[in-house]
Amino acid sequence: MTRAALVIGLGNADRGDDAVGLHIARRLAARGLPGVTVAEAGGDTLGLLERWTGAADVVLVDAAGPAGQPGRIHRLDPSLGPLPRDLALGSTHAFGLAEAVELARTLGLLPRRMAIYAVEAGGFDPGAALSPAVAAAAADATALIVAELREGLADA
Amino acid sequence: MATKTIRVDTLTRVEGEGALELDIADGAVAGVRLAIFEPPRFFEALLRGRAGAEAPDITARICGICPVAYQMSAVHAIEHAWGITLDARLRALRRLLYCGEWIESHTLHIVMLHAPDFLGFPDAISMAAAHGEVVRRGLALKKAGNALLRLLGGREIHPVNVRVGGFYRVPTRAELAPLATVMAEARLDAIALTRFVAGFPFPDFARDYEFVAMRHPTEYPMNEGRVVSSRGLDIAVAEYETAFAERHVAHSTALQSGLRGGGSYLVGPLARFNLNYDRLDASVQALAAEFGVAPGCTNPFRSIIVRALEVVYACEEAERLIADYDPPPAPAVAVVPRAGTGTACTEAPRGILYHRYDLNAEGSILAARIVPPTSQNQSTIEDDLRIIATRDLALPENVLRDHCEQAIRNHDPCISCSTHFLRLTVRRQ
Repeated sequence: MTRAALVIGLGNADRGDDAVGLHIARRLAARGLPGVTVAEAGGDTLGLLERWTGAADVVLVDAAGPAGQPGRIHRLDPSLGPLPRDLALGSTHAFGLAEAVELARTLGLLPRRMAIYAVEAGGFDPGAALSPAVAAAAADATALIVAELREGLADA
Repeated sequence: MATKTIRVDTLTRVEGEGALELDIADGAVAGVRLAIFEPPRFFEALLRGRAGAEAPDITARICGICPVAYQMSAVHAIEHAWGITLDARLRALRRLLYCGEWIESHTLHIVMLHAPDFLGFPDAISMAAAHGEVVRRGLALKKAGNALLRLLGGREIHPVNVRVGGFYRVPTRAELAPLATVMAEARLDAIALTRFVAGFPFPDFARDYEFVAMRHPTEYPMNEGRVVSSRGLDIAVAEYETAFAERHVAHSTALQSGLRGGGSYLVGPLARFNLNYDRLDASVQALAAEFGVAPGCTNPFRSIIVRALEVVYACEEAERLIADYDPPPAPAVAVVPRAGTGTACTEAPRGILYHRYDLNAEGSILAARIVPPTSQNQSTIEDDLRIIATRDLALPENVLRDHCEQAIRNHDPCISCSTHFLRLTVRRQ
């Protein structure tokens, strides 16, 4: 039984592996999981605080900075502590995903349950498609997220 | 010769990627370079051969924070070239859209990027622990600005609803009406925010800037007007390039703009306020007096108060435009491309943004020129830093670095726009 949940894929569709969060969101949307709302977000990470208002279960999907293992999937649980900065869930704009999550924590605006899936990118070349390792990881991450949504996100 | 290098490799809490380098030789500041290393993006070149009608949407991509400014300067410039005059009702909607961007962009800078400097916090997250209400209010204000962008622009980032001749779609009265309440509440949040920032401790610092802003016969400037300065410049936008020139400097991928006669100048909220104080509502003038800023203010650190006052103004103006809304008979007027040159200058949140397009008879772009506010302020920011670094040279390096970064943020530089992080390097010799 799937509990009502919100999935937000983040990224820029035109910057290579940065689009992986959007790809996964589209795969999830195509599954039509009952009770699961799927959204996409671009640069306005602060807007996330508004978007997840009212949602108890939230899954965020983003690309992590290249660190030698393109396609590696990280699952982060903000309830366990501050997000690691070395994943480079960054943004060329003023506020990255990690900052938005930490700001929400400080203001008491974090959803009750949240999971963040970050797929390590190979590169962010303008106009490039997903690299093969990251494209493969997108399928794996989708399966992991579907399984987690089916079981229900663990309580913090 | 004794040399020393201080370096801020990545300037944080600014838009885009850049660095600051200070050279110190024999105990004096020998060089200041605001180095912008974000790769150049060649927007002016890629516009060549594109249809003039595409310019608003292509140039909006230059910045995710101020896309409306790019759309407005581009669309007005193309309309200027094609001899298109907008219906007053369409013009009012453009102004309302711009209000949304001012509210959103100014609030982001005030609350998330600049305020922590004045209170000694490393970032907005730590500030939120002590001033949660202020940050919550900032988020609410940003949301109010977003609501305007979403309705009039079609979406919040890189809006898609502006077209040459007007809009693709205009809202109904019923769609716009609920935003009047949103703006009335936002105005109260903006006043509270102004009160909060006006209470900050401000460094004693003043400079004899040449302020440059737009000047409109009746309005606080956003979309149109003449280009004027505090030293008597008063030209039509079409004459912009006779007064200002861009030059390349080796340490930056962004061009720096200066006065043709030599010298730097300052654009942005402080310039607008000083040159257009008489165009503000009496209510905003009264708030300015209450919070201790008067026209003629030359302390750039106080620009944060002016920025907050401009948020109040934009909320009031939005309320007014919504109340007076009279839906235009059509979302756009007829457009007939023709050969010619069009120029426009509008007031981006950070200051004037100039566009020029040369178009052929089919309406294709032959040449484009875009001068963003940060290119115009870059040289002035370096001058500010030279003074501050000289004054603070004896202070510990981390304090010097903090003061320099705060001074840069006074001008809300959008480095993404200007080349399109900032590092500080100090070399002591």
